[in-house]
Amino acid sequence: MLFTSYEFIGFITVLFILFYAIPKRFQWILLLAGSYIFYYLARPVYVAYIFTTTLVVYLVALKLDQKRAFQEAYLKEHKDELTKEEKKAFKAKEKKSRFHWMLLGLLVGLGILAVIKYTNFTISNINGILSAFGSSATLSFVDIVVPMGISFYTFQAIGYLIDVHRGTIKAQRNFFKFALFVSFFPQLVQGPISRYQDLSETLYKEHKFDSKMFTFGLERILWGFFKKLVIADRMLIGVNALIKDADTYKGAYVFVGMLFYALELYCDFTGGIDITIGVAQCLGVNVTENFMRPFFSKNIKEYWNRWHITMGSWFTDYIFYPITVCGPMLKISKWSRNHLGETIGKRVPIYLSSFVVWFTTGIWHGASWNFIVWGLGNFVVIMISQEFEPLYHRFHNKFHLENNRPYQGFQVIRTVLLMSCLRTFDCYRDVPLTFKMFGTMFTEGNYNVIFDGSLLNIGLKISDFIILFIGVIILFMVSMFQRKESVREQIYRISYPLKVCIWFGLFLMVIIFGIYGIGYDATQFIYNQF
Amino acid sequence: MKKVLKYVITIALILVILFFVQKLFMPKYVSDVTEGRLIAEYYEEEMDHDILFVGDCEVYENFVPAMLWTDYGYNSYIRGSAQQLIWQSYYLLEDALRYEKPDVVIFNVLSMKYNEPQKEAYNRMSIEGMRWSKSKVDNIYASMTSKEHFIEYVFPLLRYHSRWSELEEEDIEHIFDTDVRFHNGYYMRVDAKPAKDVPGGEILGNYQFGDNSYKYLDMMTKLCKENDIELILIKAPSLYPYWYPEWEEQMEEYAKKNDLRYINFLELQDECNLNWDEDTYDAGLHLNYYGGQKVTKYLGDYIKNEIGLKSRRGDEKLEKIWNEKLELFNSDLENKLRELEGE
Repeated sequence: MLFTSYEFIGFITVLFILFYAIPKRFQWILLLAGSYIFYYLARPVYVAYIFTTTLVVYLVALKLDQKRAFQEAYLKEHKDELTKEEKKAFKAKEKKSRFHWMLLGLLVGLGILAVIKYTNFTISNINGILSAFGSSATLSFVDIVVPMGISFYTFQAIGYLIDVHRGTIKAQRNFFKFALFVSFFPQLVQGPISRYQDLSETLYKEHKFDSKMFTFGLERILWGFFKKLVIADRMLIGVNALIKDADTYKGAYVFVGMLFYALELYCDFTGGIDITIGVAQCLGVNVTENFMRPFFSKNIKEYWNRWHITMGSWFTDYIFYPITVCGPMLKISKWSRNHLGETIGKRVPIYLSSFVVWFTTGIWHGASWNFIVWGLGNFVVIMISQEFEPLYHRFHNKFHLENNRPYQGFQVIRTVLLMSCLRTFDCYRDVPLTFKMFGTMFTEGNYNVIFDGSLLNIGLKISDFIILFIGVIILFMVSMFQRKESVREQIYRISYPLKVCIWFGLFLMVIIFGIYGIGYDATQFIYNQF
Repeated sequence: MKKVLKYVITIALILVILFFVQKLFMPKYVSDVTEGRLIAEYYEEEMDHDILFVGDCEVYENFVPAMLWTDYGYNSYIRGSAQQLIWQSYYLLEDALRYEKPDVVIFNVLSMKYNEPQKEAYNRMSIEGMRWSKSKVDNIYASMTSKEHFIEYVFPLLRYHSRWSELEEEDIEHIFDTDVRFHNGYYMRVDAKPAKDVPGGEILGNYQFGDNSYKYLDMMTKLCKENDIELILIKAPSLYPYWYPEWEEQMEEYAKKNDLRYINFLELQDECNLNWDEDTYDAGLHLNYYGGQKVTKYLGDYIKNEIGLKSRRGDEKLEKIWNEKLELFNSDLENKLRELEGE
């Protein structure tokens, strides 16, 4: 059930009505039932996967909680009998045992993800290696169904497990409530990756109908539809044409395709997240924001703090920090400081941890080398800009550029271009081809095609370009308004007729200019595939 | 109260605008694919027909209701549309029976060859013109291809929104146009294109008509029997698409088994005196007005002699209606002939 399908609109309409019609104490049960129905309708077999992950993580988290409680009770009971060393030894033993339990949960959760998502990738690499060594033997690929949103719900469940292990949250004792946390349907498809402490605050609460919040939710859904159907899916027509015929569309076309893809991805992903947040808001549930106007970032680091925020913070909290402070890394750090000097030595653990984070980020997006190279590309750019930071700083100070508007504009454009360049790996999904196509931007010298009407041959008519132009202007204006405060809050304060005009105008734009229905192929959200 | 009124006015305004926008975006079928108007025109009629035709282009281009009136005194109407599938014919008949009860229903059997929904564009032309009723709902569900959605029939704007870049003056000019342009469902052509080198039928893997087709033919037979209507099955004399002997056999057998009359005009070409050099406008697919007159004469004689349907000439009300219709018919005929001469 695509977010932009009639079925989904019907599904949420029925759910909204039921949600506020039934006794409030049953609301979370309805959400759980709705979430599983949603998942079942996508493909019945998916339910088995999410249920397994949920059950294992639930049981392991309970065990961790029990063990922590046992430790506290034991220490309290034997407070006077145990020496300091004995207490320390007991704690260490218990900590190790809890760690093993957590490892079990991680192995099962991540194991399912790894087997399902990466088996064929591993086989293809083994085959590649065998072939490189002249062997004619090949391993056969396996036919595995990749459940919708597996990367998202697995990471959400794993995050919960690690938090319980760390003792930052208590394990949820009610299995069904935990199952709702893992499967909450609006964010099941493409995130955001919520933290238990954030989502559970409103997920299990009893909700009274709040017309303001409900309206805000509907506005957000409508805005998501606008971004996805009017802009992203229209851009996709052009992007597909440019990518599928790489032999024809070289040079300037690659440049255009690169920018189109960046905008398409942004509108597709943020549009989906808007629908997610809007649906959740209509149900009284607060879902974490995942974007903060990323195309206004002045550097890549800032960009990654504003783009797919929940994924970035997940990798930081559950991969970067644990790796940076783990035993082997501390040893490496010590060794490098001793042998390579303080300046280089202190960088080694950060570089290594960052490398792991970006490698994982890449492979999380997809089981193919283009994603890995894309992730590592980000790593290289971030590390370089980090190293050059003192130099930039001096340069900015010397020429008084810190608050210089035109220079800030330059920084923003530079960041957008840089990110768009990296995204070409995602675009062509073939590493050598990406490098080849990227090179043609500097060798073909055909930039006249941007202005001579050649772009009208990529499946988009002049009227489509006009709609795209207007769409981008609206997008830009909304982003500008957002700088002050939430646009919905601003709309809430304006006069009723104007408010209705804005809502209805946006609705008409989606209905009329949206790419949907017969003649257009319904397209999945890009992040559904991750 | 004031707040409620505010919301009511807002909703009413929105609905009015949406209604206008929807009307604007829907195809008008005025200068192109005019057959798209056929089904809706029926509701502009005085529903008191003696004969009702149901079927595809092989009925609405091959039989001339005006002639059935002038020569036989039969008030007839054709509920046909392009590639009208058998279940569409059934539901159009069921729909018509809500308004009137004809003595004779004539169904062209070519659509028996389609056991599954075919093309969305043809579905639209057959269904959209229908007034809302259970028959229309059932028709939609029976006809939808895998890519279609019921809601897009309820709100056609969702289907036609992509016309935003193709809107023309005609769409505004004819936004509420319900003018009748056809002659009791008859699509008149006066030009001729001789039928030469008509392709034969390709060898098929299976010549058996599908279960779904038979299901609706059974339903149509039952519906007519329940309403005491004489159902006549016909195969129009179109040379193409090819009508296989195996299909003919099945229809003959069905008619015999169900005690129905079956006329295959392909076998009556000589009796009808059809001349394929002059009587078709598209090389054998459909008849033009001259060919239509010939087969209508045969059919009129058949109904008069075999069924004994009484002429209604002299019925003042009908005479008046038909006088107006004939005036339009003759003027249209003259215009078309003039246009042809102009070419």
